[in-house]
Amino acid sequence: MPEQPPPEMVTISLDGQEIEVPQGEYIIKAAEDQGTYIPRFCYHSRMKPVGLCRMCLVEVETPRGRILTTACNTPVAPEMIVDTESAVVQKAQEGILEFLLINHPLDCPVCDKGGECPLQDQTVAYGPGESRFVEEKRHFEKPIPLSDIVLMDRERCILCARCTRFSEEVSGDPLIEFVGRGNQTHVITFPDEPFASYFSGNTVQICPVGALTAKPYRFKARPWDLEAIESVSMVDASGASISIETSQNEVVRINGVDNDATNHGWLSDKDRFVFQAIHSENRLATPLIRDDAGDLQPASWGDALDRVADALGSVRGDEVASIGGANNTNEEAFALGKFLRTVVVTPHIDAQVGDALNPEFLAGVTPRAEIGDLDGAATILVWAGDLKEEFPTLFLRVRHAVTQMGAKLIVVHPRRTGLDNIAAEKITYRPGEGPEVVRKLTAQGDQDYGAVRDLLTAGPVIALVGLTGRAEDPRLAEAVAAYALGLPGSKVLPLARRANVFGALDMGLAPTLLPGRVPVKSESGRAELESHWGPLPGEAGLDTAGIIAGLAAGDLKALLLVGADPVRDGRNPDAVRAALDAAEFVVSLDMFLNDSNQQASVILPVDGFAETEGTVTNIEGRVQKVNRILPGPGQSRALWSILDELSSRMGGQLGAGDGPAIAKEIALVAPAYRSMTWDRLEWGPERDGVVMPDRDGVQELRFVPDDSGLRPTAGRLALHSGRVLYDGGTRNTQSPALAGLTPDPAVYLHPRDASALALADGQEVDVAGEFGTVRLRLELDPSLAEGSAYVPANLDSTWVLGVPDVVTVEAQSSKGKKNEKKKGKKKGAGE
Amino acid sequence: MTSFPMILTERMTAHPADSHLLDRYEATGGYETLRQALLSMKPEEIVEQVKAANIQGRGGAAFPAGIKWGFLAPIEPRYLVINGDESEPGTFKDRQLLERDPHQLIEGVVLTSFAIGANHAFIYIRGEYPKPARRVQQAVEAAYAKGYLGQNILGSGFDLDVMVHLGGGAYICGEETALLNSLEGLRGEPRLKPPFPAVEGLYAKPTIVNNVETISNIPWIVANGGDAYAAIGDVDSVGTRLFSLSGHVKKPGNVEVPMGLTWRELIYDIGGGIRDDNELKAWVPGGASAPWFVAEHLDTKVTKDDCAKAGSMLGSGAVIVMDETTNVVAAAHRIVKFFSHESCGQCTPCREGTTWLERILWRLLNRAGRPSDIDLLLDVCDGISPGLAWPPRMTTICPLGPSAVSPITSIMTHFREEVESMIPGLQEVASA
Repeated sequence: MPEQPPPEMVTISLDGQEIEVPQGEYIIKAAEDQGTYIPRFCYHSRMKPVGLCRMCLVEVETPRGRILTTACNTPVAPEMIVDTESAVVQKAQEGILEFLLINHPLDCPVCDKGGECPLQDQTVAYGPGESRFVEEKRHFEKPIPLSDIVLMDRERCILCARCTRFSEEVSGDPLIEFVGRGNQTHVITFPDEPFASYFSGNTVQICPVGALTAKPYRFKARPWDLEAIESVSMVDASGASISIETSQNEVVRINGVDNDATNHGWLSDKDRFVFQAIHSENRLATPLIRDDAGDLQPASWGDALDRVADALGSVRGDEVASIGGANNTNEEAFALGKFLRTVVVTPHIDAQVGDALNPEFLAGVTPRAEIGDLDGAATILVWAGDLKEEFPTLFLRVRHAVTQMGAKLIVVHPRRTGLDNIAAEKITYRPGEGPEVVRKLTAQGDQDYGAVRDLLTAGPVIALVGLTGRAEDPRLAEAVAAYALGLPGSKVLPLARRANVFGALDMGLAPTLLPGRVPVKSESGRAELESHWGPLPGEAGLDTAGIIAGLAAGDLKALLLVGADPVRDGRNPDAVRAALDAAEFVVSLDMFLNDSNQQASVILPVDGFAETEGTVTNIEGRVQKVNRILPGPGQSRALWSILDELSSRMGGQLGAGDGPAIAKEIALVAPAYRSMTWDRLEWGPERDGVVMPDRDGVQELRFVPDDSGLRPTAGRLALHSGRVLYDGGTRNTQSPALAGLTPDPAVYLHPRDASALALADGQEVDVAGEFGTVRLRLELDPSLAEGSAYVPANLDSTWVLGVPDVVTVEAQSSKGKKNEKKKGKKKGAGE
Repeated sequence: MTSFPMILTERMTAHPADSHLLDRYEATGGYETLRQALLSMKPEEIVEQVKAANIQGRGGAAFPAGIKWGFLAPIEPRYLVINGDESEPGTFKDRQLLERDPHQLIEGVVLTSFAIGANHAFIYIRGEYPKPARRVQQAVEAAYAKGYLGQNILGSGFDLDVMVHLGGGAYICGEETALLNSLEGLRGEPRLKPPFPAVEGLYAKPTIVNNVETISNIPWIVANGGDAYAAIGDVDSVGTRLFSLSGHVKKPGNVEVPMGLTWRELIYDIGGGIRDDNELKAWVPGGASAPWFVAEHLDTKVTKDDCAKAGSMLGSGAVIVMDETTNVVAAAHRIVKFFSHESCGQCTPCREGTTWLERILWRLLNRAGRPSDIDLLLDVCDGISPGLAWPPRMTTICPLGPSAVSPITSIMTHFREEVESMIPGLQEVASA
């Protein structure tokens, strides 16, 4: 964690014991830190106290005698005398519990919370043994669906307001509220406004009774039958800590774990419910080989691996390339990199697919911020994708820093983002014109953005820098970082989205990087690795765009796809498909069939999330442990084990016998990870993860970004290709709870652009770019920069558009007429 | 009872037809105090006069108004809020002040705002008071038209805007922090204290919340001096006070009397005694929240301290008299039912406890009580107000919950046998 000044301590008396506690701490927290648990329902350490449930009453000595007060909202003061177990306190606790229980249905045998219920547990510990209530209990219609996911049982509700406060205070979408009064008070949504929050599942987790339930877990299991293991969410790269919970070898629930460094215990609903994809019937469970007729047929592992070994062995090493690996563990990524560099002997390795940033920037920007730095920031600059869509738990941390810690926020993006309503300043710009915005911010005496520049004179400044959309030139992020690093006390948090993309790059799955943040071009770094691995190519390899072009040109012959779907994620889907066609051999290691591996020669089923053990690395460079709680389906195997056996068949020696062995080798050969062991991350204070390099680790790579002479590009209508949380990707569509939440695809235009084109809101239009055409509904969006068109990038129907710089939008024309106009400069090579 | 000035009700008594109109108000000396004070007094001098007057807040808590003003945090802007959410059962005194002499209140509002440095004042009137609200609104408009409100009032350079706000019909909004929430458009729920409104009130700014009657006294105090006011009434509680007499008295209604008379004088001399010359059984001395008094308290003085020593309070000035025909369980049930209905619902003991109490009393009332219900009643009360002491301790956020306890402790203290007699089998068991 970033350095914090030590708090001033005061001495109080707690149940007759003198203790030292931080000044201003609430009694409930101060006591808990000293081992005295004060019962509570409404108190939650990540939210402001409200003193509603009254369960935490304690007695405090005052000049006016002993008073009963709630420990959750009473700060400690010097010499304070607190009694948490006096007769008066115990009587009050019994009373509160009896009050809470009189109208509670006591349907514990069929309640999902039964067995892990704070109301049950505290009744055992502090409650009366029996009830004296003989009247009819309060009744409400139940359950009420609050949204597609969350249901409300108002009879079980004890009105602690944790859910309503979370929605208002933490996630900022107050869609549920107390209604009615007195005994008829209940929590409900506003009329015709469902609880459609990306974070609704948190309310289910923090509900102290079974009032809020979520469909995926409802009536699925009893808590005492659950097996749980801590791990890290793989939905994005923010490193949210989770607990994966299974019943009878099936994941039934994921809960957030309070990691002070990353997610504060919160999750997005995608983090929480995406586990359903694990058990999709579409999971690959057996190796597939394409037969002579061109059909994929089930095969034995032996036959499949022989086929791959033969194919890879029959071409030169540097005619082989590999795309993907950003959704795997560090250990798997490391094994893959070692396999490619030492067994196949190729430098053409890239874990990044569609929205790639310079690997040296992502792995080496210095000084790099930690998420916790946000809390101490005076100013936060977010020039990246919409965090609410791409990094939901990081979005909550930015919200926390701004709404609770007083940071000022500046958002730069082509249209509205989820953070705009708490931003002090917002710059909206047309995609392609980012360099001009940077120039204006940098230029002395420029008239524009005065308020933004004023804010940025106050440090520390934390800059969150990534691509605002897929059509953005990736070098813009470096120019933004270069600008940001000139600001007072600044640090940069580089943002790339895929689950373990930072780990994959750190393990060397990049054309320019070797394991441990060592540039390929570093002679000394390469020499050190060669002392372990033998001779390595000294030249950088091709990136994904180069690999696609190389396959199309016939310079590359064979391709590994590791959890990658470049057809969907590519800039030009048709060109990627053609390149895959041109390849002599494609092997895919994946959990599902997709638009790319449909064309593969061999498909190997691999274990995925919750099925593999290892480590992952997040946007901060924080390494955390992920864990295995169940086997993969059918014959699916761990990636490292597949690669180890493949190496043997190719006459090589990978030495990837098991996860711990690989982890040991990483510590040996990857300089930044020299101090990393699984033990460190599994036990003790470093369970929240460790930012690498630390202790013995060294990082040679010090990437100094510059404004590499980038010039504004694009014209009307520049494409803004932003991402949405609930996308058309495999994991989302294979999770029933999430699949239905995907928004309807549409193209968004500024009203003035629409009226210039004589187009009306809701009209069906053809959106055409140089790579394809798609028919979409038009929506007017006054938040969008004029002269641009926003098309959500990753929906089922929009990806065929590819990622052109500019598009045309016109009333639906005759079918099949493709738009041939080319505007702006083409960026990618063939991809 | 010695002679005393009619501070609040003289004008409305003398001119019942038009005491609410500006012309009448001016013709009877109205706004003269304001004119002189704005031109010749400093704000601190007004505060000093109010402190010297030692006027206790007339809303219920009887906190000295001048001292409350002194708590105001030195932050701007600051606000004055007039609490006209008169909802305590049996209380109808503010209604008369609002309806019959709104300019007296407005003059008090301007003087108070000047004294505390507020440029915005809000008059919050309960939702069930459309006519008083209309009268006040008309009076505010008339005051604006004549320059008693608005910019540069009477050439003094002092600005004040006044807004009249009608509540939505919840008793709890008479609690000052719930009132502030309601004004802000939030749910009418009491806030946790601290912070107190004088530090962080309306829109998180320093705010003084005063009752209608309290502020209606300010013009007289400023005109005649704090000492003159303090000379009226008793040592501890001074000035005159409006009491709302209701129930089984011969002459119900609002009366202005000096503090310090006895309950006997108030009920028998001023209220004309008990209807049909029945026996007095009990009375609620200060609104439904107050523990009841019985005949033995008739010679207790009507002051804050004397009533507190006797275990109750003057509260909102509502005196509800019950004669010998009263079923005390029915009376207590009615009061508890009111509080249960008006509980805001946010804290557990009040939301659940008041409802439970109401249902137990309902059982008793219907001769369906159980012998254990007596202990149960008291124990549930104890869960809301530990120790059943006076002034009450509370497990709740605000005093609404303990208010529901008062009638029950009252009947159990003074009429236990009568309560027990309503439980089938109990007295037989006891005598067996």
